Amino acid sequence: MAPYRRAMTYHHHTGPAIVTRGLTRHFTSRKQTVEAVQGLDLEIGQGELVAFLGPNGAGKSTTLRMLTTLIPPTAGSASVAGHDVVTAQRDVRRAIGFVGQGNGAGHRQLGRDELISQGRAHGLSRADARRRAAELVEDLDLAAVADRKVSSLSGGQRRRLDIAMGLVHLPRVLFLDEPSTGLDPQNRANLQELIRRLHAESGSTVVLTTHYLEEADALAGRVVVVDHGRVIADDTAARLKSGLGDLVRLGFGSPGDAARAAARLERVPDARIEVDGPSLDLRVKDGSALVGELLADLTADGVPPSRVEVARPTLDDVFLDLTGRSLRETQSTDSPTGSTEIESEVAA
Amino acid sequence: MSTFVQDTVNVMNRELKPVWREPMAVVFAMIQPLVFLGLFAPLLPEMAAGDSALQWFVPGIVAMTALMGASFTGANLMEEMQSGSHERQLVSPLGRPALLVGRALKEVVPMLMQVAIIVLVVTPFSFDLHLGGVLAAALVLSLFSIGIGALSFALALASKGEDWMFWTIQQTLLFPALLTAGVLLPVDGAPRWLEVVSMLNPMTYVVDATRALFAGTFPVDVVAQGVLGAGIVAALGLAVGVRAMRRSS
Ligand SMILES: Nc1ncnc2c1ncn2[C@@H]1O[C@H](COP(=O)(O)OP(=O)(O)O)[C@@H](O)[C@H]1O
Ligand SMILES: [Mg+2]
Repeated sequence: MAPYRRAMTYHHHTGPAIVTRGLTRHFTSRKQTVEAVQGLDLEIGQGELVAFLGPNGAGKSTTLRMLTTLIPPTAGSASVAGHDVVTAQRDVRRAIGFVGQGNGAGHRQLGRDELISQGRAHGLSRADARRRAAELVEDLDLAAVADRKVSSLSGGQRRRLDIAMGLVHLPRVLFLDEPSTGLDPQNRANLQELIRRLHAESGSTVVLTTHYLEEADALAGRVVVVDHGRVIADDTAARLKSGLGDLVRLGFGSPGDAARAAARLERVPDARIEVDGPSLDLRVKDGSALVGELLADLTADGVPPSRVEVARPTLDDVFLDLTGRSLRETQSTDSPTGSTEIESEVAA
Repeated sequence: MSTFVQDTVNVMNRELKPVWREPMAVVFAMIQPLVFLGLFAPLLPEMAAGDSALQWFVPGIVAMTALMGASFTGANLMEEMQSGSHERQLVSPLGRPALLVGRALKEVVPMLMQVAIIVLVVTPFSFDLHLGGVLAAALVLSLFSIGIGALSFALALASKGEDWMFWTIQQTLLFPALLTAGVLLPVDGAPRWLEVVSMLNPMTYVVDATRALFAGTFPVDVVAQGVLGAGIVAALGLAVGVRAMRRSS
């Protein structure tokens, strides 16, 4: 794959891969106006891997649809790979790959035919389109299914085919809308690995949307948290979380012991303490490093905890901290991780 | 080759892939006209002077097959709108007009296959095959199919993926178009209003020209009107279709 990639030399644009200025989109249906995206100001550099994270309805797809020329903005502007998404649609389309929420490959078609046809659409010669399709089939492990009707493929296979379709022309910017939604955990993990590898190998800019916290956390160098059509945070996952501190949860024999321990722990600088019956939550920076010392102190004071848990902050905690709502509330498929407790605690 | 031609050929080839791979689907799509043929043909009255009724009826069935096949085709686009592959094509550099024109042109192929099947089926019976006339009629019907196909795609785009809307409108228009064109029964002697509707229906002229050509005759005025009727459908269909495709998102 690599030699072919180098052969295509159109990386002439040097500015940021994506710039948006006050990008806004309203929908009006039945006289009701939905402000799907509200004044998005964003700059994404070439080669970045960015995740838009937000609950369903946050405006992620609408943003991607504007950036990929599918719908025009109501207000504001955006450029992708140096081309304006309204006035230079064809240039934008030539430069980008798009893997939408549905299936890019037609259900009545054969996978390989779709790859070739997509290559032809991007101006490859018949021979080049065939060669490129063969490369992608090989690279994305589609050999066993590429010559079958798309409707007979499994969800994971179809998703890989969709991604292959988005890569046919070695796009400078690749957009993926909820790439792993609907996949089982194993396939989701494989897909994340694939995206990570493609990004590392190609040096393309990759923008994906997700409502899976773990996905944004595991994949992206940069996480743009979106809610109600606005960006509410934009940083690396590590930095977003480091502001919050670890959660140290201590269990005691009785509520009285918990209250006494809380009084002792008042001294810990910059800590937030919540007592709920015999249980005590302490949120503090570097809590995992402090916990040994804390236990020694409490034991010396005669209130040794009977149970200790330390949890690193998650992106859900970040979202909760910013919005007062848990992102997991909107997810039906995820494992129950006790996040509801955390939610009531901080919301209180 | 211009980008438009290249894109159109690309879109048309893609649409034809399933047709070549599963030609039986083309036969299944014409079950209804074939049933009409089988049921009605024995009921047809004998005509005067050795004219077989089949000779009159078959061209109508051929036109009906063309109309049905092409008017159903929007359902394929609808499916692609729902699955996401239409969206994928919209994000590719393929021109909007090519996305519509390529699809509409493809309609000619299944139509020709169906005409061939009908002619093969009826030739052993009291139907005289005039090959030149059939081929000339196929040209007129090709124009007609392109136009009807384009209108069907426009309807699919306007329905925004709502199946019920597409099928309701398609079915509502289909049978009046067939009946007023005189496909199954002659419109001669019908009430005045029906005659007017029939005169305004471009398909009427397509059917008349097909009948004349299938009979091995070449009345220039009838054939010219048929070409004009089909041409109007094609021009209107492509104009409306391209407009709908440009607005598609
Ligand atoms: N075509 C549309 N017509 C009306 N409302 C829409 C349309 N597309 C999206 N919306 C609304 O815009 C908001 C954002 O939707 P979307 O961008 O799909 O969110 P996300 O992808 O983050 O789940 C939602 O309230 C949604 O209902
Ligand atoms: Mg979405």
